[in-house]
Amino acid sequence: MARIQAGIGCSHIPVLGFAHDTDKEQTDYFKPAFDGFNWTRKWMKEEAKPDVIVLVYNDHASAFDMSIIPTFAIGTAEKFNPADEGFGPRPVPVVEGHPDLAWHIAQSLILDEFDMTMIGEMDVDHGLTVPLTMMYGDVEKWPVKVIPLAVNVVTYPPPSGNRCWALGEAIARAVESFPEDLNVQVWGTGGLSHQLQGPRAGLINKEWDNAFLDKLIGDTQELRKVPHIEYLRETGSEGIEMVMWLIMRGALGKSTKALHRHYHVPVSNTALGHIVLEPVDNSVPPSPTLEGNNDAAQAMID
Amino acid sequence: MSKQDIHSYLAEFDDIPGTRVYTAKRARKGYQLNQFAMSLMKEENRKRFKENEEAYLDEWDITPEQRKALLARDYNTLLDLGGNIYFLAKVFSTDGLSFVQAVSTMTGMSVEEYQAMMNAGGRSPVGLRSIKEKN
Ligand SMILES: [Fe+2]
Repeated sequence: MARIQAGIGCSHIPVLGFAHDTDKEQTDYFKPAFDGFNWTRKWMKEEAKPDVIVLVYNDHASAFDMSIIPTFAIGTAEKFNPADEGFGPRPVPVVEGHPDLAWHIAQSLILDEFDMTMIGEMDVDHGLTVPLTMMYGDVEKWPVKVIPLAVNVVTYPPPSGNRCWALGEAIARAVESFPEDLNVQVWGTGGLSHQLQGPRAGLINKEWDNAFLDKLIGDTQELRKVPHIEYLRETGSEGIEMVMWLIMRGALGKSTKALHRHYHVPVSNTALGHIVLEPVDNSVPPSPTLEGNNDAAQAMID
Repeated sequence: MSKQDIHSYLAEFDDIPGTRVYTAKRARKGYQLNQFAMSLMKEENRKRFKENEEAYLDEWDITPEQRKALLARDYNTLLDLGGNIYFLAKVFSTDGLSFVQAVSTMTGMSVEEYQAMMNAGGRSPVGLRSIKEKN
């Protein structure tokens, strides 16, 4: 049986990918940002060793233009190439997918009344590849399979925080019903506070960001109720990406324990946040839907 | 959570100082503008655009205002005309500008001033949360 071993929250700031790719991790400007990942890189390599990551991120007008705006899309391909975001693709390994688990999750989620979009072919941008770099550093090949889960946080309205949390819970139920023994992590990426547009650009809110990190730990569900307008006012127009972290948090079940935490300002225009969480007992509530609770329906998708 | 209708949901966005939330209304207005920007993801298109911006823009069904703002790289106006920052990023990347360089042009600060503000911890939200509440 597959199980969710840990959840990671991490900003996906493009310039960190650039710093890595051009060997600038140890420069004065970037060192404090990268140092916060030393613990995680070691832990990933020596202890956690996940088989698969469900990597929640958003596309930044790379794979999707304005012609299609999926709210929740799951990548079911064998592989995903790093996207050319305007200056050539990042020189990082091709991302290997896990089509069996991806389709299992997609089908399970739909029975659980999350109407997913399935993507059979897609390039992945910095939103997905930067967190991989932060957690694995320099590698010939990513030592893990990745299921991209793209969330619309660009065109309003994005999904609510509550919906994201509930999706995480449904992902946890789906993972648990996958027969193969797999060590799975769920990552939520983006944020923390930043605004890339208009006269208010450059906004950073350390207090709010840290309160957000605090509330990912333990059994509080307060973050489910934070409305979009609060992210916008308090954390800048692009701070809304933090709703994606709630998918990760929801997937960890009732309660979490923090293994590692890091916050640093600034990286380019953005507050860098990073947290590693462990589920206390992996308990998520049963599916509230008829199909999701229905044994016969479950049997058809296994 | 109490239910909120889409009208009051959207109305609140206009109360945030110095911010254009990318609503459906803006997305519809800026559809062609953003699709034009997206075309610059391809090297051959970047090259053609750089060679002759006016001629390249002739191929796109954008408004005269959008065209003018594009040629002037007036990003605040482009946001008003339905541009989205992640799409407009293709334009400033083509110009060889970083996010910090391009974003600073929307703030009325020089790149150096903006960079210094970021290095000092960024712009405080105090006084910039709500126009009505002045907080
Ligand atoms: Fe992002």
